[in-house]
Parts: sequence; C-alpha cells; structure tokens
Amino acid sequence: MIKPEVRQIKLSAWRSRLLFGLLALGLIGLAGRAAYLQGMNYDFLQEKGESRYSRIVEMNADRGMITDRNGHILAISSPVASVYADPKVIDIKPEQLKQLAGLLEMDSTEINARISRENSRFVYLKRQVVPDIAEKIMKLKIKGIYFASESKRYYPESEFAVHVLGFTDINDEGQEGVERGWQDKLAGELGRRRVLKDNKGQIIEDVENIRAPKPGEDLVLSIDRRIQYRAHAELKEAVLANNAKAGSIVVLDAQTGEILALTNLPVYNPNRRSSITNERLRNRALIDTFEPGSTLKPFTVAIAMEIGKVNANTVLQTAPGMWQVGRKTIRDVSNKGELTVAQIIQQSSNVGTAKIALSLESQTMWEMFNRSGFGALTNSGFPGEASGILRPYNKWRPIEQATMSYGHGISTSLMQLARAYTIFASGGELKPISLLKQNMPVMGQRVISRDTAQAMNRMLEMATKPGGTAPLAQISGYRVAGKTGTAHKLIDGQYANKRYISTFVGYAPASNPRLIIAVMIDEPSAGKYFGGAVAAPVFSKVMSGALRILNIPPDAPANNVVTFTATPEMGDEG
Amino acid sequence: MFKLNIFLVFILIASALGVVTSQHMVRKLFMALENEKGIERKLDVEWGRLQLEQSTLIMHGRIEQIAKDRLNMTVPAASSIQIVSINDAEKRLNTEGLKP
Repeated sequence: MIKPEVRQIKLSAWRSRLLFGLLALGLIGLAGRAAYLQGMNYDFLQEKGESRYSRIVEMNADRGMITDRNGHILAISSPVASVYADPKVIDIKPEQLKQLAGLLEMDSTEINARISRENSRFVYLKRQVVPDIAEKIMKLKIKGIYFASESKRYYPESEFAVHVLGFTDINDEGQEGVERGWQDKLAGELGRRRVLKDNKGQIIEDVENIRAPKPGEDLVLSIDRRIQYRAHAELKEAVLANNAKAGSIVVLDAQTGEILALTNLPVYNPNRRSSITNERLRNRALIDTFEPGSTLKPFTVAIAMEIGKVNANTVLQTAPGMWQVGRKTIRDVSNKGELTVAQIIQQSSNVGTAKIALSLESQTMWEMFNRSGFGALTNSGFPGEASGILRPYNKWRPIEQATMSYGHGISTSLMQLARAYTIFASGGELKPISLLKQNMPVMGQRVISRDTAQAMNRMLEMATKPGGTAPLAQISGYRVAGKTGTAHKLIDGQYANKRYISTFVGYAPASNPRLIIAVMIDEPSAGKYFGGAVAAPVFSKVMSGALRILNIPPDAPANNVVTFTATPEMGDEG
Repeated sequence: MFKLNIFLVFILIASALGVVTSQHMVRKLFMALENEKGIERKLDVEWGRLQLEQSTLIMHGRIEQIAKDRLNMTVPAASSIQIVSINDAEKRLNTEGLKP
C-alpha cells in the first residue's frame, strides 16, 4: 500500500482575515440595505406592493326615479353599457369586425377608422348600448374591446309629460325641467371602495369603504299621469283643429295648489333627442308670458267689491260700447247698454271693467294684482320660470290702469293665471303651487274675504251659462265657473292685427271647487279666435275627463241619482 | 425544556395552518358573496326593465286605444250614469239585513 503523502501547506494568516473581512463587509452592506428599505422607504414600497393587488373600484349609484302622484313611473334609469376600445391592444379579425359592426349598427369602415388611431389608447365605439347587445359583443371575445357600465334615462310616457320632466344628458346631468330643477336630489353619488384582487382580476377581499354609494332619491311629483294624458291629448286636438301655433294647459288641485297636469305644444319625444328644437323645448306655461286679456277682469271686480265700491247688482252704463279715456278709446265687441257688475263679468265688457277700475286708487288695484301673484315667481322650483310684468302703480297713467283692468299692459304666465284663480276657487285664499306631491293640507294667503270670493264664484258661474261668453265650457252633471280671455298678440311692442291668444281659466265643481284648469291657445287661425270658442271646449273636455278620473261626485245631477228613501225596490232594478 | 419547545413548535405550525385555511375560507366565502351581489344587481336591472315595460304597457293612451278599438267600449254619457249614494245604500242594506 502506498501511503498518501501528506503535505503540510502553510497558508499565510492574512488570506483568511481578508476573506472574513469581505464577508463581514458584505453582511454589513446587506443589513444596511435592509434597514434602508425597511426603515426609510417603507411607506413607498408598501404602497407599490399594494398597488399590485389592491384596487379602488367605483360603486354605481342610480339616479332616482320620478313617479307621478300614484307611484307610476315617469322617468327611470336603466343600466346600459358603453363599448370602448384600446387601439394599441386591439386585435380583431375581419369577420369579427363585420359582426361587431352589425351588433353596434355602425359602418365597419367607421369602426376601423376609430380603432386605428395609433396614438390614442381610449376610443368610444358606441355609448349606451342595451345590455343584450353588450352581452353578444362580449361573446365575440375581441381582444382590446372593453365595456363601461353607465345608465340611461327612459321616459315611458314619452312626449306626454316631457315639459314637466325635462331630460338628462349623456352624463346623467339634468338639462331641463324637473330633471334639472331637482338635479341635486335625483343624482346619485358614486361610492368607492378599496379591494384586493387576485391574478384573475376577481375581488377577494374588501379592505375599506372609502365612500358609501348614495343612490339618488326618488321624486314623487304632484302630476297625475291619467289627467296629464287627457290634457295633452285634448290640447293636441284643439291646436290641430284651430291650426294654432302653440298651446298650453295647466291643471291645478284647487284645494292644495298641486299641479296635476302641465303640458304644452309643440312638443318633442325625450327618448328620441333628434326631435328637439328650441320651439319644442319651451315649457310655455311656465317660462312664456302673455297678456292675459279678459281673464284678469275678475280680479279688478273683486277688489272693487272687496273695498265696497260696487256690489254684484250695481248697474253701470256701457253704451255705446266704447269709452274715451284720454286720447284712447276702449271698445266692447258690441253695445251692451246698462249692465250690472255680474253681467259685466258674464258678458266680459271692457268698458264696464274699465269704469270700475278708474273708480279705484291705482295703488289698491296694484296691491290686488300683486297679492294675486302677478309679477312674481310662483316658486314651483321649475328652472327658468318667468315672473311676468306688473309695473309699479306710481307710473300708471289712467288709460293704462283702464286697460290693465281687462288684462292688457300686464303680462303673466299661464301658471300664474291658474294659480291666481285659486283665490276664487278656495274662498279667497291664494294657494302656493307645487310640482311635488303634498301630503299635508296647505295654508294659503288670504287675498279677499270669503263673501267676495263667493260672489265672484257666482259671477264666474254665470259666464259659463247661456248668455255668458263661455257656454262651451259646460260639463253635463257639474256646475262650472270660469272666464274667457281673447287678447291681441303683442309682437315687438305692437298689437298685431288678427293674431290672438285665446284663453280660458275655470274650475269645477262650482259648489265645491276641486280642479282649476287654465288653457291657452296661441294664434288660432282656423276662423275662430274667441277664448269661449277655442279654449273653453278644451277646458270642458279635460275637466269632465279629470272629474271622472278622480271620482268627484256631480253637483248638478240630471235626474240620475238613485235614492232609496222613497221606493226601496228601485235599487233592485238599477 | 426541549420537549416543551418541540410541542410549542407543533402548536405554532398548527395555528399557522389554521390561519391559512381560515383566510382561504374567508376568501371563498367573500367570492360567493360578491357573486350573490352580482346576481342582486342583475335582478335589480331586470326589475327596472320590467317596471319600464309595465309602465309602457299601462300607458293611458294605449289602454284607451284598446278599449275603444278592440273592446268597442265608450265613455258613457252623463245622462246614462246612475249615481248611488253610499250612505243611502248602507242604510238600505242595514234595514234589509234585519229582514229574514
């Protein structure tokens, strides 16, 4: 056996020390680095790390619904998807493009143009796609096409309630009407929360709620969609039949001041925005003013009666049907001779009203108009409402005071006019109007005494009877009160020849008024133009429909009440 | 001493595994919850759509049209309506109810 040779090698000591030194240095370096990362850069690194798996997601909050007073939907938000693409990532085969174009109802060349914008990383292909279509597109599994959830507003009543409701834009901001006036209440607030996501993008843990989503509040309007429909349909018929330029109608609850219906023509369809023009957009009943004409006479007469200047039976001479005031002449349609105050209202005499007006102080008359709400906003909450014009009384000349008494030289919106009639319908109180449903009885502001209001009520009822200006306003089964108005249209400060605004404001049942309806037809040009011939029939049709809808018992029944007291057997047959 | 340490090490491992499994379970349950929430959202959407559909179907104009055209109904004239007072009717029912 050969013994291995063992050689003793003598290493110099410095080599081991050097090695030790280097290792120690390395260790110190590592420890230093660790301390640096852990200590000084901790927050930054933690954040970086978290950003790999933690995400902030937004939680949708729907815009509130708008319903009518009975809970029927007038506006509702429904989720839709917006399809967008990332042109850098997109990878689409020609047949996929064809299918996509078909589903989106777009031209495939247009899609191609959009997705080939190299320098952009975000391009909408189409916004507000219905969920069914979005799902089909999802199934095509095209790389680089994504979906964002949005919501779209639908208006099931389409054009019937559009001027009240208004509409929202593509970003869910109210642009008109209630949608705009109550935007803050209706709009929801997006919620945010931080979550952890796994590599498949699924949420695996809730970390924190940054902000809870706040869904928009639902809004219950005072509108009754059945009456709204009736009002719109009848107004449409009348505007067509009279070949008129425009028309408006307002239905108020006489006891609460709630707006039960409000509509105008021309109109647009909120679900098809291309039909919108400036003319169609206008909510005339609230934002347009006009000279009310004779519908203002009852207010002049009421204040004269209130302060004791006249009573219903005071006789005034209106012959020869014209009256010189200063350099101007006030005219009646015909020579009516001697009239009582009640007949002045019934037959709508300008001369008679002017004579009453000039017996009053201008301040007294101004105060009456002012307290009746003319020249002041109605505070309905509707955006863009007009206040009308009631000039200060110290600037009135006698002729102006005279013409104002029958509604010229003063301007008002149809809504103000309808509201002012709550004075006669509610026994002397001006009721505040409201677009939202009221759950409590409302307090009005007393303008005239109950006695005067009742006397006016009787006069206004006479106007709808034979011999009055508005027999066409009658409704079988009910007692009706109201006043016609026919005003020359004011165009550029001049009264236009043969252009009229026909109005009728009235209420029913006269024994215990429940509804006030004001109708305005702008420029009827099919021959008839008197308020009693053009606007009163609309009133009658809408009122009879509304009374039936609301089940209001007739106060002038025509022998059709079944009574049991006399002959109990009768009930078995009927 | 050594035995105790070994024992504690086992307990430590066991509790660590426990933490892991419970975390796993939490995530599983959370995912299930998210799933249910998703379904809730979908049902919500559908409910909205059904409401929309309903309100379109019960539009006053549509009902009137159907009543008129398909069912040949008309609004009765005021003269052909009989009005029954509830008070009278109740009185009569009460007195009749006493009769055999």
